[in-house]
Amino acid sequence: MPRVGLFIPCYVDQFYPEVGLATLRVLRRLGADVDYPEEQTCCGQPMYNSGCADDARPLAERFLRIFGAYDHVVAPSGSCVSMVRLHFRELLGDSKELRELAARTYELCEYLVDVVKVRSVDGEFRKRVGLHRSCHGLRELRLARASERMDPPFDKATQLLAQLRGCTLVNLERPDECCGFGGTFAVNEEAVSCLMGRDRIADHEKAGAEVIAGYDMSCLMHLGGLLRRQQKAIPVLHVAQILEQARLAP
Amino acid sequence: MNQFHPEQAAAFARDEAHAHWHDTALWFVRVKRDRAAASVPEWERLRDTASALKAHTLSRLAEYLEEFERNARQNGITVHWARDGAEHNRIVSEILAQRGVTRLVKSKSMLTEECGLNPYLEARGVEVVDTDLGERIVQLAAEPPSHIVMPAIHRKKEEIGALFHDKLGTAQGLSDPKVLTEAARQHLRKKFLGAQAGLTGVNFAIAETGGIVVVTNEGNADMGTSLPPLHIASMGVEKVIPRARDLGIFLRLLARSATGQPVSSYTTHFHGPMAGGELHVVVVDNGRSDILAREAFRRSLSCIRCGACLNTCPVYRRSGGYSYSYLIPGPIGSVLGPQRDAAAHASLPFASSLCGSCSDVCPVKIDLHHEILVLREEIRAKDILPLGKRVGMKMTGFVLSRPALYRAAGRLVRWVLRGAPPLARLGPGGAWARQREFPVPPEKTFRELWKSSGEERKG
Repeated sequence: MPRVGLFIPCYVDQFYPEVGLATLRVLRRLGADVDYPEEQTCCGQPMYNSGCADDARPLAERFLRIFGAYDHVVAPSGSCVSMVRLHFRELLGDSKELRELAARTYELCEYLVDVVKVRSVDGEFRKRVGLHRSCHGLRELRLARASERMDPPFDKATQLLAQLRGCTLVNLERPDECCGFGGTFAVNEEAVSCLMGRDRIADHEKAGAEVIAGYDMSCLMHLGGLLRRQQKAIPVLHVAQILEQARLAP
Repeated sequence: MNQFHPEQAAAFARDEAHAHWHDTALWFVRVKRDRAAASVPEWERLRDTASALKAHTLSRLAEYLEEFERNARQNGITVHWARDGAEHNRIVSEILAQRGVTRLVKSKSMLTEECGLNPYLEARGVEVVDTDLGERIVQLAAEPPSHIVMPAIHRKKEEIGALFHDKLGTAQGLSDPKVLTEAARQHLRKKFLGAQAGLTGVNFAIAETGGIVVVTNEGNADMGTSLPPLHIASMGVEKVIPRARDLGIFLRLLARSATGQPVSSYTTHFHGPMAGGELHVVVVDNGRSDILAREAFRRSLSCIRCGACLNTCPVYRRSGGYSYSYLIPGPIGSVLGPQRDAAAHASLPFASSLCGSCSDVCPVKIDLHHEILVLREEIRAKDILPLGKRVGMKMTGFVLSRPALYRAAGRLVRWVLRGAPPLARLGPGGAWARQREFPVPPEKTFRELWKSSGEERKG
């Protein structure tokens, strides 16, 4: 049985421990041998995306050291996985060790669909769900076909959620427009960031979503923060939190 | 570091109704593009092919340019080489002066904007009339274009009615696009008939045939080059393509990506001057060789100026063309501007959420959002990044590299959020909290739950 290193991004550890627990439960219920290396902190993305590669490099090195020995590394975040898979090599240079780590580090939905090959999701979630397709998962990890592209459509998160009894995925007018989080962009470009976020929320509302679900808590932290300020009752949930009650099977 | 973009963008977004109108107008073009692209089953293969053709051409750019020059000369075209914008303007001005031209009609060319041709010629007594409707509108308003394909997209039809009333003497209060277009048409007709020379841009220069291709929708380039006997065409060095058969690849992508049309109204091939006339092509470098020399940014020279990355960019749509300090706005401008002057355009690489929509929409597959990310590193390396941010990132990196410090800092942040929220609004937290709530801090972190709960530990 593969040994899975659970990679819980720093802001999930600090602010959304329930998402970490949900991820752990989903993996455990599939029989995975999951370990959480306690010395992990952050993948370095905030520094790297601000242009401060030198400040991000030690974190990439730590990550490689901490997670290097696991058969698989799984995280409930498309963005952080994209950092490891696609951007660590820009920080650390090419090496066999890094190539191998990059190849076996997965975002949760793709791990379930591509590696565990979950085909059956037995459970119930009686809600109209708006799926927020966070950009790095979408356009860097290719968790779904982006709306700009013209190759055959697919969507890994939808593949899992659509099987839940009572779960209706609503049709958004703009199925994958950015919510405006963008890391430090959320603060640097506060005006545009919040306008983008409020527009995303309006699209979900128009489509009748009762819940906004996603595979990146960072975007959901931004959308959730806007929703709460506007005193709107739509909750944001990580896909793992929806799947944790279900029985998943290959 | 200048805060040009965030400041301008905030001002644009403050008029939320207008920002939404701008966003919707451009999203409409994006949707049209999606429909047009979806009608071509081999769309992704076309993009791959176009991207490979551009990469190949750029790898042998000098050879293809010389081949183009040889064949163009055989076609009776005079070819000029301009190292930079100043030389380009001098060459154009001399051609006009030698022939006593004082009335020039122009069709759309972002290159002449880049070179500042209009003011240069106007200072030398030449009347320059932009004949593309959108270009004419911004010229009358004394504004630069706010979009590379739809230069006046920021203007509502009512504003254009007022502008035409003021500048062209049309009736007051016009807003019917048909009536306004007809007024512009009549006005421009006089300018076409009086012009002594026409200037166009170049969409493609074909090395194999020595011809140039100009793509427009309004026929203004055709009118401007078939009435007066003198045609000057300005092109950047990157416009050359190897063979005539390659053209189809780009034409199929260009109009669909730009406006969602299967093909533009006019695709005009010039393979020599008109009978008794002259055709001059001015080939301009103006910094392009420098970009070519930089591997991380080379692909940005593949740009065919379709504007799709602007239309799809969620930031551009909500901040408008004038929020970008460089004359080409949107993702491609945020890549090209800072390469010209990193300090002047330092805010542009940060005017992006790095969503990557630009890279996926680009018909020639420029890795736009990645180049934007790499530019952030350059801005840091050149020490343009503000000290506060540099120190902040250094400290964040320091804390996050030390698990005990990270845990202590996390505890502090959660304590502040719970017990003293006003403190959380100091620094970047203030910008976060202007329109958003902070997350509700949990009692325990994931790590603490993992450690304390036997349930979580067992396999």
